[in-house]
Amino acid sequence: MSDLRDLYQEVIFDHNRHPRNFGPLVGANRHADGFNPLCGDRLTLNLQVQDGVIQDVRFEGSGCAISTASASLMTEALKGKTEAEATVLFEGFHHMVMGEKTTVDLGKLAVLAGVSEFPARVKCASLAWHTLNAALKNESDPVSTE
Amino acid sequence: MFDVQALRNEFPILKREVHGRPLIYLDNAATSQKPRSVIEAECHYYEVMNANIHRGVHTLSQEATDAFEGARDKVRDFLNARQREEIIFTRGATEAINLVAHSWGRSQLKPGDEILVSEMEHHANIVPWQMLCEATGAVLKVIPIDERGALVAGAVASLINPRTRLVGITQVSNALGTVNPVAEIIRLAHQVGAVVLLDGAQAVPHMAVDVTALDCDFYVFSGHKLYGPTGIGVLYGKRSLLEKMPPYQGGGDMISQVTFRKTTYNQLPYKFEAGTPHIAGVVGLGAAIDFVLSVGLKAIAAHEDRLLTYATQQAEGFEGLKIIGTVPGKASILSFVLKGVHPHDIGTILDSEGVAIRTGHHCAMPVMDHYGVPATARASFALYNTAEEVDALFGALRRVEELFLK
Ligand SMILES: Cc1ncc(COP(=O)(O)O)c(C=O)c1O
Repeated sequence: MSDLRDLYQEVIFDHNRHPRNFGPLVGANRHADGFNPLCGDRLTLNLQVQDGVIQDVRFEGSGCAISTASASLMTEALKGKTEAEATVLFEGFHHMVMGEKTTVDLGKLAVLAGVSEFPARVKCASLAWHTLNAALKNESDPVSTE
Repeated sequence: MFDVQALRNEFPILKREVHGRPLIYLDNAATSQKPRSVIEAECHYYEVMNANIHRGVHTLSQEATDAFEGARDKVRDFLNARQREEIIFTRGATEAINLVAHSWGRSQLKPGDEILVSEMEHHANIVPWQMLCEATGAVLKVIPIDERGALVAGAVASLINPRTRLVGITQVSNALGTVNPVAEIIRLAHQVGAVVLLDGAQAVPHMAVDVTALDCDFYVFSGHKLYGPTGIGVLYGKRSLLEKMPPYQGGGDMISQVTFRKTTYNQLPYKFEAGTPHIAGVVGLGAAIDFVLSVGLKAIAAHEDRLLTYATQQAEGFEGLKIIGTVPGKASILSFVLKGVHPHDIGTILDSEGVAIRTGHHCAMPVMDHYGVPATARASFALYNTAEEVDALFGALRRVEELFLK
């Protein structure tokens, strides 16, 4: 099998130990909950979108190293992106973890490419992104952020 | 004498490698591996006597019927049921519970009646009762568990009352390993006229079960955790109850006479076995029972106890490891969490070392909620596991530690 180190890169440990953009988001206007029933991972994603641009994004929840790091890296990648750009990233990321070719420049997200060699873990890496998709679709539903 | 090496030779799959390492299979509570005799029994059935049962006059059909019904007798013996008519073949423990919930439950329950289950049940012994409650207006009550993973002392006695109609409880917990005091529960339930369904899915591979001595009303188990095939299981029910219950599914084999005006149902056990069953699976289950009895349940339990004790000692010395489920006298299940590492990551790293364990909620989400964890890692031991494999498990856990905590 592919080396465990391809999956668990230092960057992933770093984001797992110190997740970026972790916690509630005051003033969020997009929200979705993600759940992976297989392993019990839960994730809540809050975004603040203005004029089609993601101004801020934060997540909460608990999960494995792969899902936590993926969510953390995603929030970093999303800030300042338009919704259309976020959708392109989502698709590119999806292709990458499925082991398919992509022309999308994924930047730092590429550290998760190793996931494609671990089919059981693809869902962990994708959870945050599927949650993002749901959050962007729920348009301007206001969310309460107590 | 219990010769684990000789027994290992009976399991072809144990020779394989995973990621270039010998397979160390410690996910036996999910499903156990199959000895050659079981694989060959299924194969032999298909190669030599495959035919539909209970309906042909030709030789093959007769032989297949004999093999199928012969396995029913083995199950009857295995559980020490009084009559072969009390043994119903199902797809597994899950279907057996659904059968009882549907057939017994819908014909018996009225609004306000109570069903009692425990907090440590597998979803298979929760959801069918929730569905039944929704359909009938009955109410589901839950026996809580304590920090060790035992039923809270006195809770059963205080929850059972004259409205209680059924108690559904696992004999051995798949998530914790706890062995429940089922004899006492049955006694308490019967005092108020409630019936008891025992979920024996985790019990039958580890201990001799005597449904007559226990006096339980229903007992269910799956073949695949007992070294038998997947897709086959058993419902034992007391004849007096089964006779009164309406059929679960309609179709061939379960009828005695069909006209468009009126259909009469077949007698037990066929009333509950609509359609062509998993004949090869039943034959395989019979072979699995023969295998287990030839090794001896006492010897199996003693071997697994030694492994569990050894593994528990190592676990207790492992920094940051917390065992989930610490009741004395557990069955061979070691559920645990490791500080700072999600069980899912443990599972992947162990797999890279050839060690197969289960990680997740073990179809017992209420147990996870109880302990406030999203998931646990679980090693579960079978008759073919060895102390060296326990060492390998902890060696692999050290690797997890190296990767994650250094
Ligand atoms: C305690 C318990 N009950 C019921 C089941 C369900 O068995 P099956 O999926 O074979 O129907 C299991 C299987 O994991 C179990 O461990």
